[in-house]
Amino acid sequence: MTTTATQSDARAAGPASASRRRARRGDLLVRYAFIAPAAIYMIAFFGYPILKNVVMSFQAYDFTTFFNGEAPFVGLANYTATFSDPIFTRALGNTALFTIGSIIGQFVIGMALALYFRKKFPLSGFLRSLLLLPWLLPMIVSAAVWRWILEQDNGALNRFLEGVGLISEPIPWLVSSSTALLAVIIVNIWLGIPFNVVLLYSGLQSIPDELYEAGQLDGATGWKSFWHITLPMLRPVVSVVLLLGVIYTIKVLDLIIGLTGGGPANATQTLATRSYEMSFIEFDFGQGAALSNVLILIALAFSLVYLRANARAAKKG
Amino acid sequence: MTMALTPRPSPHENDVPDRATPGRPVHRRPASARPISARPVSRRALGVGALAVPGLLGLAGCGSDVGNGGPNDIRIVDYYNTPADDVAINGTFEKCAEELGLTFSREKVPGDQLIAKVLQMGSSRTLPDLLMLDNPNVQQVAASGALAPLEQYGITTEGLTDPVADLGMYDGTLYGIAPTVNTIALFYDAAALEEAGIAPPTTWEELHEAAAALTTPERYGLAFSAIASYEGTWQFLPFMWTNGGDETDLDGEGVIGASRFWSDLVREGLVSRSVVNWGQGDVIDQFKAGNVAMVVNGPWNIAGLEADTPDLDWDVVTIPVPEAGTDPVAPLGGEVWTVPVTGDEEKQKKAAALLKAFVAPENQLYMAGERSTIPGDTAAAEQFAGEHPELSTFVEQVSTARSRTAQLGPEWPRTAKAIYTANQRVLVDDTDPAEAFDEASRTVEASRTAS
Repeated sequence: MTTTATQSDARAAGPASASRRRARRGDLLVRYAFIAPAAIYMIAFFGYPILKNVVMSFQAYDFTTFFNGEAPFVGLANYTATFSDPIFTRALGNTALFTIGSIIGQFVIGMALALYFRKKFPLSGFLRSLLLLPWLLPMIVSAAVWRWILEQDNGALNRFLEGVGLISEPIPWLVSSSTALLAVIIVNIWLGIPFNVVLLYSGLQSIPDELYEAGQLDGATGWKSFWHITLPMLRPVVSVVLLLGVIYTIKVLDLIIGLTGGGPANATQTLATRSYEMSFIEFDFGQGAALSNVLILIALAFSLVYLRANARAAKKG
Repeated sequence: MTMALTPRPSPHENDVPDRATPGRPVHRRPASARPISARPVSRRALGVGALAVPGLLGLAGCGSDVGNGGPNDIRIVDYYNTPADDVAINGTFEKCAEELGLTFSREKVPGDQLIAKVLQMGSSRTLPDLLMLDNPNVQQVAASGALAPLEQYGITTEGLTDPVADLGMYDGTLYGIAPTVNTIALFYDAAALEEAGIAPPTTWEELHEAAAALTTPERYGLAFSAIASYEGTWQFLPFMWTNGGDETDLDGEGVIGASRFWSDLVREGLVSRSVVNWGQGDVIDQFKAGNVAMVVNGPWNIAGLEADTPDLDWDVVTIPVPEAGTDPVAPLGGEVWTVPVTGDEEKQKKAAALLKAFVAPENQLYMAGERSTIPGDTAAAEQFAGEHPELSTFVEQVSTARSRTAQLGPEWPRTAKAIYTANQRVLVDDTDPAEAFDEASRTVEASRTAS
């Protein structure tokens, strides 16, 4: 039986027959054959590592494991150690503050810029491409430059603020436990703006001008048109931007490592940095895996929200 | 200390995950010296483990796959990447290999990736014939059974001071040997001191006074690194040890007093609070820029200072001590060479022979001169001090220096982390040193009982 011929045969063959069933099976095989490469790839490179990470979190997987291959199972020990670690609570709180703060900042500024660029004006294209710059820079480069800008005594930001008379004492951006997290959030907002602008801007493009013209006739201008036309029309894009933003932000690692290394005094330690520290500095891969599983669970919860929202949108569409 | 690798660190260099010391050593089983190849191989599990850890995936790809170069080709792995280091190390190996009728192939790994690379090579049974390790890592690697004891090959600690020998010792056995060592001392701007009419400080009181006299609106009197990495601990050790503090007694007066000394300097504005975010490279850059008059740092900066700031009139003294007359005790840094257990006894013997020739005193003298480090051999160090007066302070400081891992062994990294965390709380949040180190001591205790 050749699979190519079967489809039309099967259709022509009236009521269910053995050949038709066989044809269907062949049809299915073809379909799976096409999916197979992608499926194998996904399982090998995404499914397996996650599974392995889960298994590792129940093992004493450490320095010696790499030499003698022994990683005994220790039950929930890694998880109890993780939850009783005094830094864990702090890291969890910091992760929440970092994520929420970054998302709000990125979104509000991103939205403002996207609205601004809707207007046609000279240089708009050039400025829009400038806006992408933070996206093009390697994260570790941004971190290094910002570390220099935020330096307490000679940093550009403090010099500027002092110069314009906004502050009289230099702000200890990265060296005080009360401002370090804020500083890290500010830098992450700067990094996240392009992503927000690009998505929101393209969403704005898809809103037909007629809607605004109609709104104008009904007296909806300025803020009114924003609240009653722009935002509702933009809702699907906004939900994508916010949810993806949360998922990206929750696991930010390189930026924090580059700016503060989780310090000073653990002030900028998040679940991601702590998990990195556990695995690659303290070489306790078991506990590092446990911690990153907690992180994965949180991200997964947001992904589910995203998928459901998407499914609903698709149904509606 | 690995910072030695970067004689001229860029201002933006990020030292954050410290490359010097790895982390938590856990050895639940006594380490045996059984050759690795004879062990039950669960390589599959390990290979997969590497998959699960994306960081290691990248590492698997780095470095060329040398080796298999015949029975007389010695595979060497180290992290000497700067030109000065590279040339000195390569030249010495070339000379020694030729004398022994051997050849060698060197693989240079970025400093911060060496340990991850060692783990990867350990799990894939591809450890080289000669492996360089930063000294605080030796204990952990030795504890895992991956290193061959050196005495069986006729390599001994003869001629070395105890602390230098300690660098390569684990559990009373010699696993590694350091041709050259380094430590830290106090660099100062001689012109600034002269202008202020003060002599180089020798005691804490004098250091405090000098820092106060040298502090101006544009300049801090003193700087050290108190960063949240092992570097921050390494810089604190001379203060802690000379004050009678000990790593086995973190909540003791010696440790707390040293922390209080640091904290007073910061609170009075003689030291920038930014030191909690400065690696040693940042500290020396501040010195070069004239933002700081005195800094704690190591000899690996000398070449950079001469090249970048030829007009700066600087000098070095040993780190001031709490009371006049006490010996300054600084931590010993430096890389240690080891012979991994590869299962090929013949090759191990040849590698050991090459190592023995490599660490001969005359080679130590050559490498120390090229790399601004101090020979490990006592007699060579003495001769070296005479030939290199600019490094004599460091020779002196090395003679009383102490190994970080001698007391705690593989437990050291965990304690080092507790120390820098406590210091950061003191410097940043004005936490009372007694409170911060009391908690540090409890953290160390808790994690010790947990594993």
